[in-house]
Amino acid sequence: MTRKGLLVAQAALVSAVLLVVGACGGTPTPSGGGGATSSPQADVGNVEFLSSQAQPVNEAEGMRRQVLTAFNGKVDFNSSLTGAQMVSKIQADHQAGKSTIDVVGDLHGDLVAMQNAGGLTDLTPLMQRLGKDRKFNSTLVNYGKLGTDKQYYIPWIQATYMMVVNKKALQYLPKGVDVNNMTYDQLIQWGENMQKGTGEKKIGLPDAPGTRGGLINRFIQGYLYPSYTGGEVTGFKSKEAVEMWSSMRRLWAVTSAQSTNYSMMQDPLQSGEVWVAWDHQARLIDALKNSPDQFQAVPAPVGPKGLGFMSVVVGLAIPQGAPNVKGAEALIDYLTKPDTQKKTTGVVGFFPALTNVTVTGGDAPPGVGAEAVAAAKQVSNKKALPALLPVGLGAKDSEFSLAYVDSFTRIILHNEDTQSVLNDEAKSLQSLLNTAKVPCWPPDPVSTGTCQIK
Amino acid sequence: MLAPAAIFMTVFFAWPAVQALLIAFQTTQGTFTLANFQSMFHDTDFLRSLGNTLILLALIIPIETSIALGMAVLAQSRLRGRSVFLYIWSIPLAVSDLAAGLVWLSVFTSHGYLNSILQDLHLIQHPIGFLDYNNLSSVVAAVVIAEVWRSISLVMVIIMSGIQAIPSELGEAAEILGASAWHRFWRVTLPLLKPTLQVALILRTIAAFQVFAVVLALAGSALPVLAVKSESWVAEYRNFQLGATYAVMILVLSSLSTVVYLGLLRTPREVFQR
Repeated sequence: MTRKGLLVAQAALVSAVLLVVGACGGTPTPSGGGGATSSPQADVGNVEFLSSQAQPVNEAEGMRRQVLTAFNGKVDFNSSLTGAQMVSKIQADHQAGKSTIDVVGDLHGDLVAMQNAGGLTDLTPLMQRLGKDRKFNSTLVNYGKLGTDKQYYIPWIQATYMMVVNKKALQYLPKGVDVNNMTYDQLIQWGENMQKGTGEKKIGLPDAPGTRGGLINRFIQGYLYPSYTGGEVTGFKSKEAVEMWSSMRRLWAVTSAQSTNYSMMQDPLQSGEVWVAWDHQARLIDALKNSPDQFQAVPAPVGPKGLGFMSVVVGLAIPQGAPNVKGAEALIDYLTKPDTQKKTTGVVGFFPALTNVTVTGGDAPPGVGAEAVAAAKQVSNKKALPALLPVGLGAKDSEFSLAYVDSFTRIILHNEDTQSVLNDEAKSLQSLLNTAKVPCWPPDPVSTGTCQIK
Repeated sequence: MLAPAAIFMTVFFAWPAVQALLIAFQTTQGTFTLANFQSMFHDTDFLRSLGNTLILLALIIPIETSIALGMAVLAQSRLRGRSVFLYIWSIPLAVSDLAAGLVWLSVFTSHGYLNSILQDLHLIQHPIGFLDYNNLSSVVAAVVIAEVWRSISLVMVIIMSGIQAIPSELGEAAEILGASAWHRFWRVTLPLLKPTLQVALILRTIAAFQVFAVVLALAGSALPVLAVKSESWVAEYRNFQLGATYAVMILVLSSLSTVVYLGLLRTPREVFQR
């Protein structure tokens, strides 16, 4: 399949991804344990597992102490690198002809970049073997083929971004507004009401800088831009984008001015500094886990072009030249067993990649059930507009995000003229796209050549 | 005897420093260029980060040095319980930058200790946004307080060692001649402390140019500084060239400040030869 074909397939399949999540959340069923190979196996030795997920210390420790303990080998779990850093490492290892890593757990877009450099091995036989005794989400399995007829990664976990609200905020909700289906204008009105009622700005966004900083870049790319312009990239400097930034100015006026210091919104939510926050589900989960009666997960707001939202797909792959291939395959087998998937869900706050592992009901990991319900509402909204994380940019993904974050800093924090900033930043963005030669990805219309900003 | 230390310094400090210097003047293909400096000057937050770094420096250094001087003199005095002061003042030495930043974050954040106390005392009705991005003076003040608290004991220890090196006979002679405590400090101790102050100021200024974790923890993106920009370009955006260029900027500024201190606080050789 060509690059264009891959993107068409992604465009068609992306909305189905989280529909499966919705299905997971909709019907409580008994625990999805068992089913996988459970006979005692010989020790497979030391397995180096490099993951861009589970970076917070408690999640990394949870992976080591709760998820990986029953594996029949010794796993060296390392989640210290970002996705972009992992792409650089795998590319460098591949060029050097020697890998020190056995398994990588990374985002779909990063795995595309690793495979573009020829850095991943063909996992088709492993996929066929695993597919016999567990039910993978077929959409995610297709993702893992990266547009070819071979399987380059095995789906591991998936997630999205949403809002969590403190129930104290509901009294200030504008009359007649459904918290599960509101527009950005209604969110702004809600923020104004809360400010009038409490004297404080109670909406929060994650704008802390740095590698362990907030994910406001995803809010702008995957939520605001699609909701107002219908795409992530092509309408970057359009008239609709200017309107979007004008709405963002109004939203920022009722957003806590300490948002420039928030990296994970679960913290200010729990301290009571903010009552309404948008973030990645794994960065909100503690609020729902620790105070399920106080907090509620709700879908992101809707804009003029729809409810733009991002889905995050994380896969497991084996780099070329991995020192312990047998151990790597055994680890992927272990991580995709229903029991392990459920434990992982509880630890990292993502959703499982297996369709028969439920995340709602009495035995669901705390917090995840509430998020699954909100995710299902987000996906099933009539105006849902699913967006992908940047595809194929690999190590340049962060610089791609920089154009959005710089626009935010200049327009919102420094109050510069919107159109001039967008024209300026569009030049950097276009130059990056030209260098990486990537076509547009959903929800932008699929392009034949390099994605072009209009 | 010096070989292990020399090898260690060469491999882990000198070689990476030279590499970083070279990277700042190279393209990704390794050819010579000055384009990285051009990119840095055009970077969105370059001027702000330079300005903020200099503002922090201008506030931290005089405040910290003056207080540390007072603390060192007090710890060397004949007051009862001075050793207790010394131990308490040394506590921040053991606290990491980031931990210090987080401690002060819990004090200054809008639902932190300071606002809680002020509200409990009915002095304010709503929390004050000490760390609000649009309240730059209070953000700077919070960072200065945290930085001074974190590193003042280091400056105090350096100054104390300098005071201990001053022969006590000089002070005693001045006392016999009728000099007051203030005059003994101003006319005897301070002039003889000049070389020590020079060392303390140079070390502290270099460290202030590299201020990083405290700013990141307390101010986030509200207060960009040079070291945070350098780290961000390397670790977050994988642009080693621009990261190294920011590092070179810090190196140039640190070197310039050292030259200024060496000139301003030059001690004539004859002072020691008398």
